[in-house]
Amino acid sequence: MALLEVKDLKVRVEEREILHGLTLTVNEGEVHAIMGPNGSGKSTLSHVIAGKPGYEVTDGQILFKGEDLLEMDPDERAAKGVFLAFQYPVEIPGVATMTFLRTALNAQRKARGESEYSTPDFLKKVREVSKSLNIPQDMLKRGVNVGFSGGEKKRNEVLQMALFEPSLCILDEMDSGLDIDALRIAADGVNALRSPGRAMVVITHYQRLLNYIVPDFVHVMSKGRVVKSGGKDLALELEASGYAQFEDAA
Amino acid sequence: MPAVQETVERVKRIDVDQYRYGFETLIDSEKAPKGLSEEIVKFISQKKNEPAWMLQWRLEAYRRWLTMTEPTWARVDYPKIDFQDLYYYAAPKPKKSVSSLDEIDPEILKTYEKLGIPLREVAMLEGVEPKPGEEDPARRKIAVDAVFDSVSVATTFKAELKKAGVIFMPISEAIREHPELVQKYLGSVVPTSDNFYATLNSAVFSDGSFVYVPPGVRCPMELSTYFRINERNTGQFERTLIIADKGSYVSYLEGCTAPQRDENQLHAAVVELVALDDAEIKYSTVQNWYPGNSEGKGGIYNFVTKRGDCRGANSKISWTQVETGSAITWKYPSCILRGDNSRGEFYSIAISNGFQQVDSGTKMIHLGKNTSSRIISKGIAAGKSQNTYRGLVTAHRKATGARNFTACDSLLIGDKCGAHTVPYIEAKNSSATFEHEATTSKISEDVLFYCIQRGLSQEEAVGLVVNGFVKDVLQQLPMEFAVEAQKLISISLEGSVG
Repeated sequence: MALLEVKDLKVRVEEREILHGLTLTVNEGEVHAIMGPNGSGKSTLSHVIAGKPGYEVTDGQILFKGEDLLEMDPDERAAKGVFLAFQYPVEIPGVATMTFLRTALNAQRKARGESEYSTPDFLKKVREVSKSLNIPQDMLKRGVNVGFSGGEKKRNEVLQMALFEPSLCILDEMDSGLDIDALRIAADGVNALRSPGRAMVVITHYQRLLNYIVPDFVHVMSKGRVVKSGGKDLALELEASGYAQFEDAA
Repeated sequence: MPAVQETVERVKRIDVDQYRYGFETLIDSEKAPKGLSEEIVKFISQKKNEPAWMLQWRLEAYRRWLTMTEPTWARVDYPKIDFQDLYYYAAPKPKKSVSSLDEIDPEILKTYEKLGIPLREVAMLEGVEPKPGEEDPARRKIAVDAVFDSVSVATTFKAELKKAGVIFMPISEAIREHPELVQKYLGSVVPTSDNFYATLNSAVFSDGSFVYVPPGVRCPMELSTYFRINERNTGQFERTLIIADKGSYVSYLEGCTAPQRDENQLHAAVVELVALDDAEIKYSTVQNWYPGNSEGKGGIYNFVTKRGDCRGANSKISWTQVETGSAITWKYPSCILRGDNSRGEFYSIAISNGFQQVDSGTKMIHLGKNTSSRIISKGIAAGKSQNTYRGLVTAHRKATGARNFTACDSLLIGDKCGAHTVPYIEAKNSSATFEHEATTSKISEDVLFYCIQRGLSQEEAVGLVVNGFVKDVLQQLPMEFAVEAQKLISISLEGSVG
């Protein structure tokens, strides 16, 4: 059984259809890159999988581990193992990152019927994980993303990914706003999380990110559909020839 | 449905059942006849066995009140109050002084138990206190004065406080037992002529708390008063007077609840604080009067005058308030910074939901040299409520080196509510440094979605964001109260997030 199956998905925002029948299958352990020009529907796809309000699914379905994902509330999806790394992580003033991590992790565990972490157990776990990602403890005491640099924000996303141990990670434009060094650090973090039981969907404009996170499959999106799929070489091809060739195909 | 939209929908469905303190206690009570007259003022004074000077003081206030008109400058809207249609005095029967809890009507004890105020468990009356060494050291003691309708029903830990020299008793008792202190300080911060409601209070107040901390004494425990309005159509007019003598320190907590009523109830309290040289008073309030039902019917009119006088040099007064209840709040806990180097602080969280109207803030009046003040106000408006911060910061001609820092932040939940900030700033000398910061923001869809994507329910997400928003102020509360306040904030927002 595939981990994620998106079948003929049609999505509207307000009265406009953004996705016109998108199909995508992701198996455990695979890394898929989704590329495409602005407005091709890449971010819409990630938002609909995560359950962001404001999108209307008019047709098709999304199965996650065989269950109907569209029937679940977004927090339920998170507890089931869907993680979206945001393009622009939000700031939450006054809420220490540590508090946020703990509240979220325990909420997910509770939803799955698992016991909540005690404070010492939690601290131990956070320390382990943040150390492996080279995240200074000081960052965890600050308000969630408040005053974080672009790189720190993305590292905070990777930290959460490592802590929550989701089975599906969707990385939405992870490279936006990062310089090469910050990008490498974030990508290293992501690579460390690749595992046979976990799949990743990497959404990006540029081939650059895929030098660091090397995908198993590349899909090209245009005008709300996947117009071409292939191996990692497809990304290089795109880099050379651009998206224009697909505009007509869509 | 988008999260914020859902929040708004839920606000519409606020149910009166969410007010957990809305029960009524059925007890016999003794009331003065409805309405206000010289006779009623005399009746109250007589009931309290007051000395002649006190009656005179009341009557003067009453006569002045007759000449006054209600203030209309606040951003609140309510039908005219018929002051002759209220009871000005209600006391649980039998009305006699109580020396042990057994003499208190068990129904009243039950009420306080329901409210979570343990008059019996931790705080015991004279004679039944645990022997030294038997106490649970982990549990910090809080002395409680419980005021039911107009009468103080129990004051705990009196003996232990007495040992430290601290006087903590109902003000009605203090008038008889410590007339020299009461006469010296009563009305010295909020004069009887101060404003319509304070003047009314001066004429008819029936009880409240009195605290005197002698020179150099650090009050050994938190002092606390719980106010409960029970009777129908009864105004509650309590009067609190706290004096911190030279070099002393006291922390005082105040909590308030009332039953659910269709009609509005009037609460017009006066609180006066006096801090002498090097003294410090910390006054915290968690106000949870009944806010009215989902149609805006009923609820308490909270018209309160609270003022502290930093009379001595290097004195400090700090107000912390968590306001979640009342249909209408009209309240400006203020500091008069008279002593040189004195300091005033105001930390406020005001949450309004449903049809609540809040017009609250502070006044920092800098008179002495090198005085400083700090104002941190957090307003949260949900439902169809209106939430106004109104604050005055003023430096007198001679108040050289006055400093103020003000930060007013407002958070809006939904699009039917309003947040307003009305600062008044006056510097009459050129050496004053006043800073004012203000922000207004909405709980954004993106922030909520971010939290929910990480596994939080919508309710938890709003709770987290709001608690982050008010964190600076919550930190100012004594620990026990901070926990209570945090819970109260979630309860108050239950109407807005389910």
